[in-house]
Amino acid sequence: MKKYILQSIRLTVVLMVLLCGIYPLIVAYAGGFSEGRGGGEKMTRNGKVVGYALLGQSFTKQEYFWGRPSAVGYNAAGSAGSNKGPSNPDYLQQVSDRIDTLLKYNPTIRRADIPADMVTASGSGLDPDISEQGAIIQIKRVAEQRQLNEKVVAELVVKNTKKPLFGLFGPTSVNVLKLNLALDALKKSS
Amino acid sequence: MNTELLGIVATYLLTLVIAIPLGKYLAKVFAGEKVWTDFLKPLESGIFKLSGINPKEEMNWKQHMKALLTINLVWLVYGFFVLIYQDKLPLNPDGNPGMTPDLSFNTIISFVVNCDLQHYSGESGVTYLTQHVVMMFLMFVSCATGIAAAVVFFKAFRDKTSVRLGNFWDFFVKSITRLLLPLSLIIALILAFSGTPTSYEGKDQFISVQGDTVNVSRGPAAGMIAIKHLGTNGGGWFGANSTHPFENPNYLTTVVELIAQVIIPIAMVIAFGFFVRRRKLAWIIFGVMTIGLFLLLIPTVSSELGGNPALAKMGISQTTGAMEGKEVRFGPAISAYWSTVTTIVSTGSVNSMHDSTMPLTGAWQLLGMMINAFYGGCGVGILNYFIYLIIAVFISGLMVGRTPEFLGHKVEAREVKIAALITLLSPFLILAGTAIASYVFTNHGNAAWAVQPQNWLNNPGFHGFSEMLYEITSSNANNGSGFEGLGDNNVMWNTLTGLVLLLGRFLPIIGPVAIAGLLGAKKYIPESAGTLKTDTLTFGLMTFAVILVLNALSYFPALALGPLAEYFTMLK
Repeated sequence: MKKYILQSIRLTVVLMVLLCGIYPLIVAYAGGFSEGRGGGEKMTRNGKVVGYALLGQSFTKQEYFWGRPSAVGYNAAGSAGSNKGPSNPDYLQQVSDRIDTLLKYNPTIRRADIPADMVTASGSGLDPDISEQGAIIQIKRVAEQRQLNEKVVAELVVKNTKKPLFGLFGPTSVNVLKLNLALDALKKSS
Repeated sequence: MNTELLGIVATYLLTLVIAIPLGKYLAKVFAGEKVWTDFLKPLESGIFKLSGINPKEEMNWKQHMKALLTINLVWLVYGFFVLIYQDKLPLNPDGNPGMTPDLSFNTIISFVVNCDLQHYSGESGVTYLTQHVVMMFLMFVSCATGIAAAVVFFKAFRDKTSVRLGNFWDFFVKSITRLLLPLSLIIALILAFSGTPTSYEGKDQFISVQGDTVNVSRGPAAGMIAIKHLGTNGGGWFGANSTHPFENPNYLTTVVELIAQVIIPIAMVIAFGFFVRRRKLAWIIFGVMTIGLFLLLIPTVSSELGGNPALAKMGISQTTGAMEGKEVRFGPAISAYWSTVTTIVSTGSVNSMHDSTMPLTGAWQLLGMMINAFYGGCGVGILNYFIYLIIAVFISGLMVGRTPEFLGHKVEAREVKIAALITLLSPFLILAGTAIASYVFTNHGNAAWAVQPQNWLNNPGFHGFSEMLYEITSSNANNGSGFEGLGDNNVMWNTLTGLVLLLGRFLPIIGPVAIAGLLGAKKYIPESAGTLKTDTLTFGLMTFAVILVLNALSYFPALALGPLAEYFTMLK
């Protein structure tokens, strides 16, 4: 028994050097060559950092495309989902209110046009994406607010739509931050 | 076929393409045959030398279990104190506090037993140091513990009669150097180049497009997320686990993480076949497990793609399926596949929030964890299956009037008793645990704990009951996922699940290894016309029936009170 205790302690120490020292340092070194140098890829506007490409942020102004509802208000230091069950009455009321809000600000769309992702909270509370349909229903509003041609905005949406992996696997998505930054850039150049 | 379903098919096929050769390779590694990774031998000898271990020293099954329990105890004691005092230790750029004793008790047990139930949130509850020397370290070694235990079980059936079953440290260290470490490195690099952070910088701050100030938790997560999946651990770097865009940046990483969590459980089954030279038996076991997977998977995918009927009543479009708690870049199909996989193989990481899945999905998730042997956790999956197999051998032996035998060894009263006790343990822990929790919730709603019992549940009614049932089931299965709405960081949940975790881990390891050790030591009886063959389709179906009947009898009432009741209420 005593032999096992000593061996256990020594083995633990040795493995810790390998698994908690050498291994993560190799990963950290290699990660330094990635896009965001291991700290996450950042997005800039006019040279200023305005967010991370992978992290959604709150958009409430009418001239921007809105992202999904977030249970934590897009707090990137406290990710979480709503954990609301599918039959919870308070939750269903909340969803119903979100539908009304969307209909109010996008008066031309029909109820049946609203995709579920625009009225439900994401798992992380930081979902950077919305569905293609989620962007399409906002085109008219954004175009009006920015006094742009609807077609121009629609083209921008298409340009910022991420197709399935290799065109074969998984859903399509639209990164809201990238789309909005592209909108802002458009305004300046025109 | 639509792209989301195609994604599932591709992921599963790719899993097999990797797992089957990996199984062959593992059988060779543990049998000490020549393999291409033998260049790592000097590293292993170095580790043994520094630890004062002679890897050639043969052990019997009891010595194996003593070694296993001793080193696990060392980790428990060490980790408990490190977590309590983490605020005073270095590498804490975000200034996070130390854990309370009850939270530390729960957390350390949970990581030692390969469960990773997290009653803290990664961003605020741990430091970069503890993420490394406690969380990530234990992810490697707890998984290696499971694999080593399974190899002891393999070893008992390799030769006709054997008492000497190899060296525990040898199996343990080799599972790290020959399997976990190299594969983790590959996965970590894929993640790092997909956007998962790797640097040691602390929190960042930026001003968003609309002018809000946003704090961003970061940290060297890639290495941990790799072993978290490969080792069927499941504990996230961030609170939101693999729904978090940093842990799981895109569809490709979701596929990689999905494959990573299933390859070792499948490979262990294949390895068993090669190791004991009974390949047909292994394929039958694999077949039963796979049927189990698909029986849980298909209804799950269908209910998630169908969307929430309560939202359908509001007249919105649910062509994308149920989206509460899910991420757009994954979509509901692969999220449903993930939820099945993570519950059957005891990973417990999530790429969508299980609390918000449809009622029937919840039932399938629970059932996956209750059975806990369709592929199952690293190493322990096949051990759990072995218990069902012994019960099946016993029952079929009685049915056809033949002496129950397994691989040439007579299965007698002692072995069947152990198997029966282990089979009864799960329902006992799950049902008694849930009963205690429900009792406290109902009768002591205002106990002065960190979270008052009356505020435990995030959802009313049947779903609230499911939250408690899920927490205990997940602990017993050493799974670690949760219906996360549950307010579980308080003294009762921390203690109760801590105890369930311990019992639910070590007894189901010791039990099967003991049975194997006892059987292996018995005289070998050559196969004859009177032998009950275990590598036939019929026997496979028999085992499947045993699994189904045992679990249905044990858990149907509890499932009926939770998810099933919620489902039928929603139909109205």
